[in-house]
Amino acid sequence: MAVKTGSVERLVGSYHAWATNGASRVPVWLKDLREGGIARFGDLGFPNMKQEAWRFTSVAPIAEGAFELAKAPARIPTLEDIRPFLLFEAGYRLVFVDGFFQGSLSTPFFDDVQSLAHVVTHRQDLVRQYLGQYAVTQDRPFSALNTAFVSDGAFVHVPAKATIAEPIQLLFLSTGGKPVMTHPRNLVVLEREARASIVETYASLSEAKGPYWTNTVTEIVVGDSARVDYHRVQRESPRAYHVATTQTHQGRDSTVNLHTVAFGGALARHDIGAVMAGPGGTLILNGLYLLAGEQHADHHTTIDHAADHCESHEYFNGVLDGKSRGVFTGRIIVRPGAQKTDSKQTNNNLLLSADAHADSQPQLEIYADDVKCTHGSTVGPLDPRALFYLRSRGIGEHEAQRLMTYGFAAEILGRMEVAPLRAQLDGIVRRRLAEQ
Amino acid sequence: MSKHPLLQVKNLHASAEGREILKGVDLTVNTGEVHAIMGPNGSGKSTLAQVLAGHPAYTVLAGTATYEGKDLLAMKPEERARAGVFLAFQYPVEIRGITNSYFLRSALNALRRERGEAELDPIDFLQFLEQKLKAIGWDDSMMNRPVNEGFSGGEKKRNEILQLAVLEPRLAILDETDSGLDIDALKTVAETVNKLRSPDRSFLIVTHYQRLLNYITPDVVHVLADGRIVKSGGPELARELESRGYDWLRDGVMVS
Repeated sequence: MAVKTGSVERLVGSYHAWATNGASRVPVWLKDLREGGIARFGDLGFPNMKQEAWRFTSVAPIAEGAFELAKAPARIPTLEDIRPFLLFEAGYRLVFVDGFFQGSLSTPFFDDVQSLAHVVTHRQDLVRQYLGQYAVTQDRPFSALNTAFVSDGAFVHVPAKATIAEPIQLLFLSTGGKPVMTHPRNLVVLEREARASIVETYASLSEAKGPYWTNTVTEIVVGDSARVDYHRVQRESPRAYHVATTQTHQGRDSTVNLHTVAFGGALARHDIGAVMAGPGGTLILNGLYLLAGEQHADHHTTIDHAADHCESHEYFNGVLDGKSRGVFTGRIIVRPGAQKTDSKQTNNNLLLSADAHADSQPQLEIYADDVKCTHGSTVGPLDPRALFYLRSRGIGEHEAQRLMTYGFAAEILGRMEVAPLRAQLDGIVRRRLAEQ
Repeated sequence: MSKHPLLQVKNLHASAEGREILKGVDLTVNTGEVHAIMGPNGSGKSTLAQVLAGHPAYTVLAGTATYEGKDLLAMKPEERARAGVFLAFQYPVEIRGITNSYFLRSALNALRRERGEAELDPIDFLQFLEQKLKAIGWDDSMMNRPVNEGFSGGEKKRNEILQLAVLEPRLAILDETDSGLDIDALKTVAETVNKLRSPDRSFLIVTHYQRLLNYITPDVVHVLADGRIVKSGGPELARELESRGYDWLRDGVMVS
């Protein structure tokens, strides 16, 4: 499907209006970063379905949606309003509404858990060192556009050898009152031997009825022997458009456990890039998409084994009902010299209706010879043998179907270590299955 | 207590994928009895077990099966289970993402609801489970793993026997539970079955080998060949089959 060029020009126009207006008082390096982003986006334009990375996903509704930058949140929610999205009230938390940081709802920690807008001026040297250095924009128009509009988002910095025990909650809420676009930009840096657990949630407030567009980028830099447990929950409204990039970069002997769950959005695209830059790293990429109606979710993962003796385990399960469509592309690159790589990828798709559809594409590019790489993918309905097994134990047919579908999701949720998050997601899955 | 038929199968014909496998099975199992069904590969032993449990891949062409006076073949698989029919699978199935504990409690509670009993919550269930686990030599670590996922062949079979012990059926059908088991596991299975033997519970043990019957003494042994029961007798028939094989019976069928 062709995308009208007018929409690109309109966005470039919005950028210039914004950049010359309120967003002009920023450091030069940031201005340069933005200018680079908009120039790149102007060159690339919106992707089309002739491009390999976008074969199954049309972004025409986003390009033609005439989304505007919000000037301010349509409404500031109360703590009561956001409570359903919180895992606990203690701990550090950053809350954003329509892209704007809400200090009154947040519990930051000095300049280490803070809004990006604040640290861009207060910790310039540190931010500058990392921001925009990992999420590539060369062939990524949405990352480029996000980079053009970098202004606020979450910043988490964990100093060397420090541990933040309680999970840090990053909450991005949309009011959905007007067709606005937001470009949250998040930067997470763990210095060597640091440790943290983070939950990044995108959700809509109850009144969000209309379409809106979230285009977010998160860069996660993990130093030598550091460990991050990163959880990403996408539960936008069913009319929302959600485009996201999560890019990790791992040092020697580091661990990244990256969990991602996609429940919402009319159209959701999530690009996950993981670079294993130092030897001995471990990566778990654990994802679930649960779709119904006419939802479309596209996950594009790239694991780049750039160093030797790294281990990556990727598990993605999709549960697709109604006329929904799930796309999974799992690219694994093993660079020359990345010997003793151990990489395992599985993508299982459960089709609950005859009109649901899943595309699963593993892409292995292996340039080293002493490696272990396996992949497997399945697309199909509930296993009739398992269904009979459950029924033969007295479990009714409908309950057996529900149980098996739940198990498909629970398999992914069970890998998450944050118990209140698991309980929250478990509740969402159960409610969704009860509706079916 | 006088014996009465728990299961009566008459002239049962059944097919799978258009091929007739059971060609007129007649079988009566009284309450409290242990019956063994033996026979060569492909004789229809497993088909009989699966048809009695209600496997949808099989089509009943003719005949009847009456369980506790009711038409078994008209019941859904879950209804049969709730009425007390249990099949220990030859190839137990993996259920991804569902722990063994959750699965077993769901099954037990489905049966308890049917009987008008209160459902067990997770804590009560674990207490109830403890002694059952001990009997098969397991601790509860096996209960937190997804059903049969990554289980060895022997663990899968033990899991079937655990389900048998938990669900306490009236008619337990064991489909080649002994195949692929080492001697210790075999003894555990036999011990559990022997402990569960009671005047109001019956067993139908499908097996290719006589080995299991060294530890579980059946009341009646049947030989199934080419979809029919061709010979029935006492425990000595199993020993005879062990020493002579099945060929003499197959020949017998051919000449009769």
